Amino acid sequence: MTLNIEDLQQIARIEKSKKDGFQHRINVCLAAGCLSCGSGLIKEALEKEVTRRGLDSWCKITGVGCLGLCAEGPLLSLPTSGSYYQGVQVSDVPEILDSLNGSPVARLVCPAETPFFQRQVRIVTENCGRIDPERIEEYIAEDGYAGLYQALTQMTPQEIIDQVSGSGLRGRGGAGYPTGLKWMSMAKAMGSTKFIICNGDEGDPGAFMDRSVLESDPHRVIEGMVIAGYATGANQGFIYVRAEYPLAVKRLRLALSQAERMGMIGNNIFNTSFHFNLQVRLGAGAFVCGEETALIASIEGRMGRPRPRPPFPVEFGLWDHPTMINNVETLANIAPIIRRGSQWFAGIGTEKSKGTKVFALAGKVVNTGLIEIPMGTSLRDIVFAIGGGIPQGGRFKAVQTGGPSGGCIPEQFLDMPVDYDSLAQVGSIMGSGGMIVMDASSCMVDVARFFMEFCMSESCGKCVPCRVGTRQIYDILGKITASRATMAEFTMLEDLCDLIKNTSLCGLGQSAPNPVLTTLKYFRDEYLAHIHDRQCLAGACKKAEEVL
Amino acid sequence: MAKISLATIWLDGCSGCHMSFLDMDERFLDLAGQVDILFSPLVDNKVFPDHVDVTLVEGAVSNDSDKKNIAIIRQQSTIVVAFGDCAITANVPGMRNRYPVEAVLQRAYIENAAPPQQRSNGQPSKEGISFHTVPQLARMARPIHECIPVDFFLPGCPPPPRAILYLLTEILAGRTPQMHGWTRFGA
Amino acid sequence: MKQHPPKKVRSDLNPSRLLTFKIDDRDVTAHEDETILSVARQNNIIIPTLCHLDGLSERGACRLCIVEVRGSTKLLPACVTFPRQDMEIITNSKRVINYRKKILELLFTERNHVCSVCVANGHCELQNLAVELGVDHVRYPYLYPRHDVDASHSRFCIDHNRCVLCLRCVRVCDEIEGAHTWDIMGRGMTSKVITDLNQPWGTSETCTGCGKCVQVCPTGALTEKGKSVAEMSKRRQFLPYLQMMRGRQGGSWQK
Repeated sequence: MTLNIEDLQQIARIEKSKKDGFQHRINVCLAAGCLSCGSGLIKEALEKEVTRRGLDSWCKITGVGCLGLCAEGPLLSLPTSGSYYQGVQVSDVPEILDSLNGSPVARLVCPAETPFFQRQVRIVTENCGRIDPERIEEYIAEDGYAGLYQALTQMTPQEIIDQVSGSGLRGRGGAGYPTGLKWMSMAKAMGSTKFIICNGDEGDPGAFMDRSVLESDPHRVIEGMVIAGYATGANQGFIYVRAEYPLAVKRLRLALSQAERMGMIGNNIFNTSFHFNLQVRLGAGAFVCGEETALIASIEGRMGRPRPRPPFPVEFGLWDHPTMINNVETLANIAPIIRRGSQWFAGIGTEKSKGTKVFALAGKVVNTGLIEIPMGTSLRDIVFAIGGGIPQGGRFKAVQTGGPSGGCIPEQFLDMPVDYDSLAQVGSIMGSGGMIVMDASSCMVDVARFFMEFCMSESCGKCVPCRVGTRQIYDILGKITASRATMAEFTMLEDLCDLIKNTSLCGLGQSAPNPVLTTLKYFRDEYLAHIHDRQCLAGACKKAEEVL
Repeated sequence: MAKISLATIWLDGCSGCHMSFLDMDERFLDLAGQVDILFSPLVDNKVFPDHVDVTLVEGAVSNDSDKKNIAIIRQQSTIVVAFGDCAITANVPGMRNRYPVEAVLQRAYIENAAPPQQRSNGQPSKEGISFHTVPQLARMARPIHECIPVDFFLPGCPPPPRAILYLLTEILAGRTPQMHGWTRFGA
Repeated sequence: MKQHPPKKVRSDLNPSRLLTFKIDDRDVTAHEDETILSVARQNNIIIPTLCHLDGLSERGACRLCIVEVRGSTKLLPACVTFPRQDMEIITNSKRVINYRKKILELLFTERNHVCSVCVANGHCELQNLAVELGVDHVRYPYLYPRHDVDASHSRFCIDHNRCVLCLRCVRVCDEIEGAHTWDIMGRGMTSKVITDLNQPWGTSETCTGCGKCVQVCPTGALTEKGKSVAEMSKRRQFLPYLQMMRGRQGGSWQK
């Protein structure tokens, strides 16, 4: 079956009128966060209660994707009245239904006028929490696949690449390579078989942006991939997701089968001559498989270990064919760019970093959860306005961005705009978007040790500096936190960081010392206090004597 | 030329490096004219002298006594040379580091004792291992440069006599010995 | 094992260009598909290597062959990097020599390399590298991991204490012998070469007992039984010959 634009519009119309037919709608967050605190049961209870009261045609209960404020789950939203409920229990269900026509249940209301909701600009997550991710019709009703239709029927591949280049979109996986350039070199790559891979191997501790997008709006990623395939001449795509995201995988597979049935993937998409096939591939949860050459090896069925670049995957990738790898969030930006034009996208953000970025806000901050903000928002706004500040009146100490490859940014840079270049300037990276806030009770040496432990156990073991060097660094950090280290070992620590940074094989190895390097730069006194005075300034570390 | 004072000592080692030292044969006579050996297993002095110009340290730091001695050596010597693989890499003494001290002692002094010391129940006993008279074994045998700063390294198991002579000749001449090509680990 | 970087097939339709560039201020000429390492060796410029072995695919993993390129701070592994026209390569700057020493020292700390009691003493590439690079002691603390010895094979023996994870055994078994008995399991420091699905070597059904792995092993990890200290010397001259005779080119069997 192949659809044309009228069919799409028809589906959207029907879906919208169906929605409008209900006096009230209640959206229950069914993303992993809320699901784990029982939102599934709440949805069930709501549905039962509605049926029991015979209100089926009056009130519609929908399971939706992530509403963002994961800290206060389970979350409900009432799009008809615009209010949110937080921390809902099954016992609250009758009360919620009772109040639909009156004023909302006061004790459950989650204030929607707060900066957390007001300051966000939603592009990637525009449908998150608004549509049922398990129904393609709802995605179509929100202009879904209109971008793909437009791209396939009205644009040449070059025009699409121009749009993407013009939008200034940069890779959201971490390094920030301009997406347009990547697409351009892929389009130019020689070869009749080309592959596109969506990198959903989100391995950073504390990061869950890709998971939320895949769980809440999987069709958006599929649409982005098909457009990418058309623009670059690829006919086969793989979505590489970690097996630890079972819900994302389930919804993605469901979405794929729906899209296939409607002809959004397969042969002669929208009656054009363009074919595109998509498959889901599961990763076994190795951090290193987020590195593109290791990811390729993993899809090929080999051990997930990186290989030296060049040659880059764009010339020599999956099964030796040209292969382009884009992050989930990057691909999720494509459809809106095609639909609304590059100028619109380029109007958001800063001069060199366009658009928005999704962050997983976590750590010592009041509002932990998923946020999407324009590039260039200051760290202070993110932590204090959107994040609601430090809980229990604690003092802000640092924010860690970019996961184990990123760095810790101290208080003095709070007013720095968050974009690729500013973060790189202070020694961190944008990364995939994990953001961990730390307060005065965190010892920065201990934080560095945590990340180094991660890098050590996730090192693939291929190259010597990363395999052995991370272990040696971890040992030294362990000694420092136990107040047993000497200055000689401290010098050795800096020396090892330099070695790993300069001689490791892949990007992950080269960036593995970043958490140590940034804490050394901004919190050197904490290291020295452990060594000279044998004490932890934050009071977090135990001395060796106490441990024994 | 004024004579320099020399000390040699062995910690946890097999004395092979000292044998190699003696293997300098007739070249030893020339050397004797230039150095005073103040302290060594080869001479009769029992106390480490207050000041020595050069000390050759054979063996790894492996027990209480070694730890004490190595600190004294560093304090009272101008130049400390790590003499042989045990001092540099912990070598053979370090092979026990993979196992807990108790397991090592059990293996060495109980299980492999001839005849094996048995308890009445037939299990090997721990009796007989006492640290009242011998120094307590450290958890690990360590290279000496992990305990004190070391000036020169003379690898080899043992270092060949000509390498030892070269090192001493260079030190005597006030030059920095370039050991490259003279010896290697496990030589 | 996949061949990286890919080798182009030289033909009339796809001729390879000749490039001129500099290695250590010496003017050299080479085909564009020759690695920096191979060009350097042809010109008697020594770059230390460990995982590289003529006749096997490249891995680029030991990082000992890193070289500097004038005008760039990035260090490149010579074994997998192709030259560019007018490139100025420096193989022996203080910077790379220091890094190589440190990498080698890390290797020494990783497992239990006790040269004096090793069967390969005197015939060991790791030991020779220490001499070559002037490593007379190791600055980092030794890690003393516990590793096994598998002596279940009737003629050979593997001592994981001496393994440097260069994976030459894995490559030679797959690429030359074609058996793929060896492989690697685990990650990071816990990586380990295994026979078949991590079963004792002696019980391996795929092992042909050819012994190529033993010959290519740079250290005393893979040895013949019955050899005592310093007796295990290795012969590797068969390798380029076998590779040629078995018609393997560009990392895939030519049919």
